[in-house]
Formats: sequence, structure tokens, C-alpha cells
Amino acid sequence: MGVVLVDAGGTNIGSVRYALQRLGVDAALTADADAIRAADKVILPGVGAAAPGMARLRELGLVELMRSLTQPVLGVCLGMQLLCEHSEEGDTACLGLIPASVRRFTDQPNLRVPHMGWNRLKPRRQHALLKGLKDGDWAYFVHSYAVANGDHALATTDYGGEFACVIARGNFHGMQFHPERSASVGARLLKNFLEL
Amino acid sequence: MLSRRLIPCLDVRDGKVVKGVRFRDHVVMGEIVDLALRYRDEGADELVFYDITASPEGRSVDRNWVERVAREIDIPFCVAGGIRSVEEARAVLHAGADKISVNSPALERPALIDELAAAFGVQCVVVGVDSLRDVDGEWRVRQYTGDPSRTQALPRRTLDWVIEAQQRGAGEIVLNCMGSDGVRQGYDLEQLSAVRAICNVPLIASGGAGALEHFRDAFIEADVDGALAASVFHSGAIAIPALKRELAGWGVTVRV
Repeated sequence: MGVVLVDAGGTNIGSVRYALQRLGVDAALTADADAIRAADKVILPGVGAAAPGMARLRELGLVELMRSLTQPVLGVCLGMQLLCEHSEEGDTACLGLIPASVRRFTDQPNLRVPHMGWNRLKPRRQHALLKGLKDGDWAYFVHSYAVANGDHALATTDYGGEFACVIARGNFHGMQFHPERSASVGARLLKNFLEL
Repeated sequence: MLSRRLIPCLDVRDGKVVKGVRFRDHVVMGEIVDLALRYRDEGADELVFYDITASPEGRSVDRNWVERVAREIDIPFCVAGGIRSVEEARAVLHAGADKISVNSPALERPALIDELAAAFGVQCVVVGVDSLRDVDGEWRVRQYTGDPSRTQALPRRTLDWVIEAQQRGAGEIVLNCMGSDGVRQGYDLEQLSAVRAICNVPLIASGGAGALEHFRDAFIEADVDGALAASVFHSGAIAIPALKRELAGWGVTVRV
């Protein structure tokens, strides 16, 4: 029942949890397979690196469980990247739930990495997750690796080229930015997820 | 396009926000959460909280107020103050901070930066650099600047330290130009430009903001990613919405 936050060792769990509380939802923090399976909505937060993130999911015995989920799932930041097939970060095989790969921002003059700060979102497809989102709305990003643009992209952001900042395939969704730290735009997107 | 960030800095002492001039003579400015919410509402892009007495007193930041802030605000915030281990950083991040900033403890033991980057990723790790020009013309770093009686001048050159910090895993540099701090005569554009030239991660200017044009100069001339200020925001001398309107007019990308 309810919304669960998968406790995979990500450090932004606290802030995601508080953001949900501000929306009136008390999300349980758990690494328990039964609790995750029984939830209406599952959020995979995560700040950190891909390889330790996957290692933690394996240690907790959650890899196959995550793959078997049928309710709406949202990965945030690293959590989104873990839903993809592969990350260049530590050459890591990820969950493979969304057919996309994660790459480091390429070296370009004046392109500072990490991509840190507020950048604009560009909706690319109609989707309930993007309800009320306007072209050019701002969200807060902090990351050095990004999901390549493609069919899975619901919205993109430009930083030395377009990358996918909101992705979805079936019941699996991801946001590269931090909705919990993206003021009213982020709150709207989190609310949309809760209403899927 | 990535926006330039305006970052009110809240120096915290004994659970209150304080502000001094040239890092001295602190006066109480208000309650932490009240000020945090006010800045969120005005359009601040990020907040930085410095527990300015933690490092000189040899203790870590008080995480109670970190949690209170994290519950209330929905913009990113960074916490600094006496974080000297991965475990202390983890506690602050778990309390809800988005980033942690290290300054004096990283000078004591530079490997701390490597450890934090390995544990949490470079995007969480900010290195604060307190820098002052010495009589020989070199910029050098200062340590324990929260307590004037303990502040130390180090032989380490600021530019060398910024390079080393990045190599070790700093994801952002906050350059506190102590010579211009609190006197509202403008950011130290010469020093910021010198650091910008060797800084490939986001660079935040700190110290000296007194007028709208000072922010423009920092963004356009020194090409910094963010500008941090305290007294001009706390006193109401500069209102963030008006500042953003002016910056947009000058062609600076801001979030409005």
C-alpha cells in the first residue's frame, strides 16, 4: 500500500521524503522486497555513482524485484540512470528497464561538469507525467552523466546538446533533475507521478 | 540553457543566522528557517548555510536545523561547517542537505575531498576556499576564518589549491575573496577571473556584492556560475526579483 522509497543508500532520500510530505504523502523508506512489491508507487532515489548503486541493489536482493514491478516506478537522478541499460560511469550494467544508455558529458569548451544548477525542460511527448509542464520550465540538475536522447525521452534539456531529462517506458519513469528541489515545477511533476 | 545562480549565504552561529564584516563582529540577522523560506519565495536559486563556528570549535555541523530546513524548502541547499569525515558528511546529507562544503578540514587533510567524492559523487562535494592577497601579490588560502582569533594564513597558493581540489574530486568551488567580503565594493573580478581560467567545475563568487552591477560583472566579466551574497540580501538592500530582472536585461540567463 502507499508510496515507498527504495532505500538503496542514496543520500537524497531525506529530501525526496520531505517533498512527498509537502504533498501530503507519507512515504515509507524500505529495502524490504515484500513492502516494495505491495506498494502502489515505488520511487528509486539516489545520489552517488552507478556501480555502488547497482552493487547496493544486488546486496539487498532487489535487482530482480525491481525488474518485476508492474506499478508506476520513478527513478530520480541516479535512480533514473539505474533504470537504463548501461552506464559509462564505472562501465556498469544497470537494470535494463528503459532502452537507453547513460554517458558522461563530453569535453567541450566552457561546458562545466558536473551540470549543476537550474536548466530548462522541453516537453517532447504527451504524457500524464508532464501534465501542466510548460516548455521552458526550470528544474534543478546536479549530474555528470546523462541519458542519451531517444524514443524514451518525454522531455529533454540542452547542455552541450540535448539529453533526456524525463524518460518513460511502460510503468517505469525517470527524472534526471531533482523534483524535490525544483520548487513548484518539481512539486507538480511529483504530484503527477503520484496520480499516475 | 543553464541559468546563473543567485545564492544567499546564511552564516549560522548558535542556531541563528549572523553576518559579520570581513569575517568579524557578527550580528544576528534572524531565524534560519524563516530566512530560508523568505529567500525561496523571492526566487533564490540555492542556499548555502555555513556553521561558521563549527570548524574552529572542532565540532561538526548541528544537523537538527539541517533537517528543519530540508523539510520546509524546495530549492537546493548546501551545508558547510566542520565536516571532517565521510560519516559526518553522510549525516548532513541524510538530514536533507543536497551538497556539503568543506573548507578548513580539507586544508588539514586534503584526502578528505577524495573520500567524499568516492562516497557520494563529485556532485555533492563543494570546496570552499577562503583567499586573501598577500603583500607579495600572491593569493593564498586562509584557514579557520570563522573565528578571527584562530584564523591562519597558509603558505598554499589559492590557484594551486583550486587545481588540487578539482583533481581530488571537488564538484564545485566557492571562492571567498576575503579582501572584498562585507565591504560591498564589488566581487574581486581579478581573482575570480584567475581562478575561472583554471576551474573546470562550477565556480561560485563570494565576497563583495553591494550593487546590482556587481553581480553582472561577476557573471559577464569573471564568467562565474553563481554569485553568493549575504548582507545585501539579508538587509533588503538588494531584492532578488529586481536583481534577476536587471540581470536578464543585461543578457544574463536567470531563472524567473
